[in-house]
Parts: sequence; C-alpha cells; structure tokens
Amino acid sequence: MRKRALAALAVVASAALILSGCSGASGDSSSTIKVAYQKYGTFVQLDSLMKKVKKEFEAANKGITVQLQPIQAAEGDYYTKLALQNKSSSTAPDVMYEDTFQVKSDVAAGYLAPLDSYIAKWNEWDQFLGNAKQAGLGDDGKTYGISMGTDTRALWYNRQLFQKAGLDVPWKPKTWDEVLSAAKTIKQKLPGVIPFNVYSGKAQGEAATMQGFEMLLYGTKDTLYDTNGKKWVAGSKGFSDSLQFVQEVYQGGLGPTPQQALDKNIGTTISSEWLPKGKLAISLDGSWQSGTWLSTGTAPWPEWNDVMGQAPMPTQNGQSPGATSMSGGWTLAMGSKSKNKSAAWNFIKLALNKENSMGYDIAASQIAVRKDVAADPAYQKANPSFEFFSSIVPVTNFRPATQDYPKISNAITVAMEAVMTGQQSPKQAAADYDQTLTSIVGDKNITK
Amino acid sequence: MVAPEAPLAPNGPRTDRRGRRRTGRALSRSTPLLPAVVLLAVFLIGPIVQAFYGALTNSSLTGSAAQESEFVGLQNFADLFADPVFPKSVLLTTAFLVFSAIIGQNVLGLGLALLLRTGSRPVRVGVSTVVVGAWIMPEIVASFAAYAFFAEEGTLNSILGAVGIAGPSWLYSFPMLSVILANVWRGTAFSMLVYSAAINDVPPEITESAEVDGATGWQRLIRITIPMIRRSISTNLMLTTLQTLSVFTLIYVMTGGGPGTNSSTLPVLAYQEAFSFSQLGFGTAIAVILLLVGALFSIIYLRALKPEVD
Repeated sequence: MRKRALAALAVVASAALILSGCSGASGDSSSTIKVAYQKYGTFVQLDSLMKKVKKEFEAANKGITVQLQPIQAAEGDYYTKLALQNKSSSTAPDVMYEDTFQVKSDVAAGYLAPLDSYIAKWNEWDQFLGNAKQAGLGDDGKTYGISMGTDTRALWYNRQLFQKAGLDVPWKPKTWDEVLSAAKTIKQKLPGVIPFNVYSGKAQGEAATMQGFEMLLYGTKDTLYDTNGKKWVAGSKGFSDSLQFVQEVYQGGLGPTPQQALDKNIGTTISSEWLPKGKLAISLDGSWQSGTWLSTGTAPWPEWNDVMGQAPMPTQNGQSPGATSMSGGWTLAMGSKSKNKSAAWNFIKLALNKENSMGYDIAASQIAVRKDVAADPAYQKANPSFEFFSSIVPVTNFRPATQDYPKISNAITVAMEAVMTGQQSPKQAAADYDQTLTSIVGDKNITK
Repeated sequence: MVAPEAPLAPNGPRTDRRGRRRTGRALSRSTPLLPAVVLLAVFLIGPIVQAFYGALTNSSLTGSAAQESEFVGLQNFADLFADPVFPKSVLLTTAFLVFSAIIGQNVLGLGLALLLRTGSRPVRVGVSTVVVGAWIMPEIVASFAAYAFFAEEGTLNSILGAVGIAGPSWLYSFPMLSVILANVWRGTAFSMLVYSAAINDVPPEITESAEVDGATGWQRLIRITIPMIRRSISTNLMLTTLQTLSVFTLIYVMTGGGPGTNSSTLPVLAYQEAFSFSQLGFGTAIAVILLLVGALFSIIYLRALKPEVD
C-alpha cells in the first residue's frame, strides 16, 4: 500500500512538474507594456528615444510601467530574435521596432495588430507623407506600422583622399565604370587605403541586399519584381550584371578583403573607424551614416562634413534618370498578443509626436516623414547632409512589398557571397538564385 | 524480502490465475518506474518525435507559414536533396568527423595515454594539465581562443611572422583545416582520459608475460592492449562521433560556416536555414538527417566492435 501511495505521489509530482513547465507563468499584467527594439554597435539613438519616451509615458499614465527590451543583435539576428519573441504570448512585445520590409511578412505571421481604429481618432496622422503611410500597410490594406523616418542611399566619399589621388572633387560619377575607375585610381595611388565598400554576403543580411545589390540592380534596366504583373523576375541580365559588379569589387581587390567584408561588425567598423580615420575612400551607404558622427553619436567627428562628400549612385550606363537610390525605413508596430493595446497605442503615439519624431530624425539622421518636422527650420539646419539625401528622393526605389521578400533577400545575399569569394561565377550564382526563387514563390509567380 | 517464485507447472490448472496475478504484480511493482518513464518520454522521445513532425511541415519564423504551418510531406527533403549545398555539407561534415574525431581525437588521445603511462610524474602532470585545459574551458571560450589563434593577425600568424613566414589567412583560406585542428585540440583530452583509464585496467601480468615471450612494444600494443581495451574504444568512438557531429559553437564562432559555404557542416547549415533564413521546417529536416547519421554511426560501432562480447 505504501509503495502504491508513493508511486501515486511520484506520478502527481511529475505531472505537476511537466504541466507547470508547459503553462509558462505569464506574470505580465496589463499594467506593464513591453517595448522591443534594436540597440547595436553605433545604433544607440533609438535607445535614447525610448528611454525618454518611457519617462514621459510613465509620468502621464500613472500605474502603467514601460519595460524596455533593447535587443543587442546585428540586423539579421534582430529579426530572428524578434520573431522568436513574437511566437509566444508570454514574451511577445506590446510595441516593437519593425523594419518596413518585414511588415507584410509579420502581418501574415499574425504577429502585428491593425492600427486603423486608433489612427482614425488620431489628428496627427495627416501629417505623415503618403509614402510613409504606404510603408506600414499589410497585404490586407490595413495599417500595421507607423513610420519613424525614411532613408536614401548614395556614395559617401572622402574628399581629402580623392584630392590626394588626383581625382576631381566634387565627384559625380555618371556610370558604373566611372565609379570603378575612381576606385582603381585610389587603389593605385593610395596603397593602404581601401578604395570602395559595397556591403555584401550573408553576414550583412538586408544591408547587403539593399545598400549593396539593389543599389546596383535598380540602376540597370531590370528589377527584382514586376509590380504590374505581380511576378518575380528571374534570369535578368541586370541581375547577373550586378553580381558581376560585386565580383569586380571583391575579386579585383577594390573592396575590403572578403574576410573583412564577411565580418558581422563591418558596418560599425566603417562608420566609427574606417571613414573617420581615412582608411576607406568610398562607401555605398545609407543617409543615416552621419548620425554616428554627430555630438550625440557614438563616434563624434566634428569635421565630418568637411571631409565627407556625397554623390548619387549612377545608373549602369548613365541611362535616364541618371542616378538611383533605395528607400526603406522603420516603423513602430503593435504586437497582436498585447494585453493592453490602448496603452501600447498611447506609447506609439507619444514616441512619434512631432517633438519626439524630430529629436529622433535629427539624432539618427533620418529623412523626416512628418510634414511638420520636415518643414521645421530646426530640422533643416540640424544636418548639412539632409539636403543632399532629400534631393535624391525623386529617383528612389522601394523594395518589393510582398511577404516573400525577406526570404528572397536572403537568397540574394547567398548569391553575393558566392561571387565575392570566387566560389561561383555571376552566371552560376544567378542560376542558383533563380532556382531558390522558384522554390520560394513557385513557378507561376515568376517571369523571365 | 520477496520469496523466489516457484517454477510454474507447464499446464497446471492454476496457471491462468497465477499468470494474471503475476502480471498484476509486475505492473504494480513497476509503477514507481512510471514517473521516470513519463519524464523520459516527454523530454527525450518527445523532442525527437516533434523534430520528425516539424521536418514534414513548412513551419517558418515569419510569413503566413508562421501562423499556420502546413503539412507538406517530404517536400523539405526533396528540396534538400535538390540543393547543391546539401551534398557539399554532408561531405564537409564527414571530413570534419573523420579527421577531427575518428582520426585526430582518438589516435592522438590513445597515443598520449600510452606515452603518459611511461612518462615521469612531472611530465605526466604537465602534459595532462595542458591537454585537459582545453577540455575544461566552456565551449564558447574555447571557440574564441581558437579564433584568436587562427585569425589573420592572430597568435599563429604572429609566431610564423617572428620566424619570417607570412602566414595565410587560415580561417578564410583553410576554414575546414582550422576547425578540424581546433576540434582536435579541444576534444583530445576526453579520449586521453578514457584510454588512460582503460589502459590502467589491462593486467600487467599479461603484458609482462608477452614481453617475456619476446613480443615487441608494437606487437604488445596490437595483440594485447588494443584487443583488451576494445570496449573502451567502441564507447569512446561512439561518444566522440556523436559529440563531433553536433559541434556547432566552435564552427559558428570561428568561420560562421563560411566563407560562402566552405565550412557549413550540417549543424551550421540547419541553424542558418532555420534561424537566419526563417525556414524552421527546412532547418528541422536537416537536423533529422543529422540524427539519422548519428544513429547509423552508433549502430556501425556497436556491430563492428561488439563491445558486449568479451
């Protein structure tokens, strides 16, 4: 009898053990809202904004605590960590920092909550530009993310190094060949200086796809996605030409060594070390670069505006419109598993009011998406590079807004890495990409 | 405590009742095992079953498949076998296994164990401290140490530079060689400890009598020592194989599976597909293959070395 009682006890105990493990104590009452965002390397401006908003929010909403969850991870890992957090209701954040290209995909995954009913009652929504509103839409046409700012991409170059190498300043290359020939001149005249950086490879994730590959591809006659026919483009000449360019940069010794380029931290190294110390002459990079060099950044560099110049990225052969750019941007979105949605919305609203938007756009060198911020003289005077980066908005392109894009972006980085390391020719890598593309979207969604 | 059972009459009239009573008693006696069995089932078999199921779905970290993953049958495996990266990864995993575990760790571990037996005490203490040091370090620390050693401006190239040799970029030009050497360095201690213990159990009379009979050192090793420690060899081979098959941190820290896919062994490939590329189902399919490969090797060792027969 005693044995049996013991056995029964053991069973109950083990069952209790297992069940308690499964239920996952969710200690979150609705009096706490969790805010997940990225804080990594030189990107600390958002962290400052969130700390400020937390203070303001808690003062205005007594009894509600904001729990900040900065995720310390490079861009690719950030999406993964955020997705894993979103999968379980006990860890899903109430408010999250969400890349515009990820919005549609995460809406399909059921991670985000629609904001239409809140926006309808928000009198500041008409301050946002049309493009910015577009960027936060899900496939169902509802709004899921409120834009914090946008960006453009272009060539940053070091005027002093250019002069030393005997190149003309200001520099305005008209074709890809002129970009490469400037890099070749620097390689020849200034040994020890890395001529040209194009982000590339799996370790750089979306930065490689967007700052690197798409800045090239959208300057050819081809694109990734046929917006009218709603089909993905396979086997285009522009695709292999762009890979060819990447190969020339890396296999031709014009870029960083492939091992430097495949280091996850190269982005941080470039903005805090290579550019300020004159170790890199040209970088195909984002409009936000100067944020790191402001007095509020992690690597202040008072002379940056005298040393660094900007030039639009030319199209392949100088064909109309002559230059190209890509625009993205990030949003604040609300988690669908949030237990206190109205508090979450109030947090988003506060974080993106005029004052906070402007503070963030200036500190992080973002192109403003609120009309009142863009028109504010304080914003316009804050950063001398804003004028240039806003001027290329007319030639800018947006990434294909479909939920398959994140996976296709990964396939592009695989192709880039294969050519930059010399493991595949641009043709082979493009063919492999076509195959991966087919397996992701299916034959019927592809045009050749 | 319990009286031994009387042998049963083959067809006695009470067999039935007794049999039932025996089953009943056996059941009640094994009841205390139930919690352990349940725990085993939940924590060991459960994940395996789940992995097998997960490999048959299109489960994903983002996109509509993250919300409702669908059963896709063997599609993941079909895609995997069509992917040129997969055979390359299997080849790399095999090379990693054969050179770092089966040859490197085992042979070096056995050699060290044999040498240490005859070494003087200070040599023994010194060598085993150095070798075991790599084993004691947490995996991530050992990985960073190996990275620092092989990095372009790391220890190895500094030493080579001191004698006037410009070392190559090891992690980039020879990624597999680097991770194999690192794994040998890290894992040899385990084999050395296992073999030291086994060799100490070989009765000295046997080796001595063989010596009297005129057997050379090599003959004694081949004819006496190795057959007598056969069971330890089998166990050790199995353990190092399974450990090496699942090595992830070391490779991920040192090369990240690159450059390109030049050091993407199956665990690294599985991680990349599941977490970097968000395809949980596809990544799980790779993990399942890894599981099967491990099981296959275990069976081969068990059969080939017959540890149960003395």
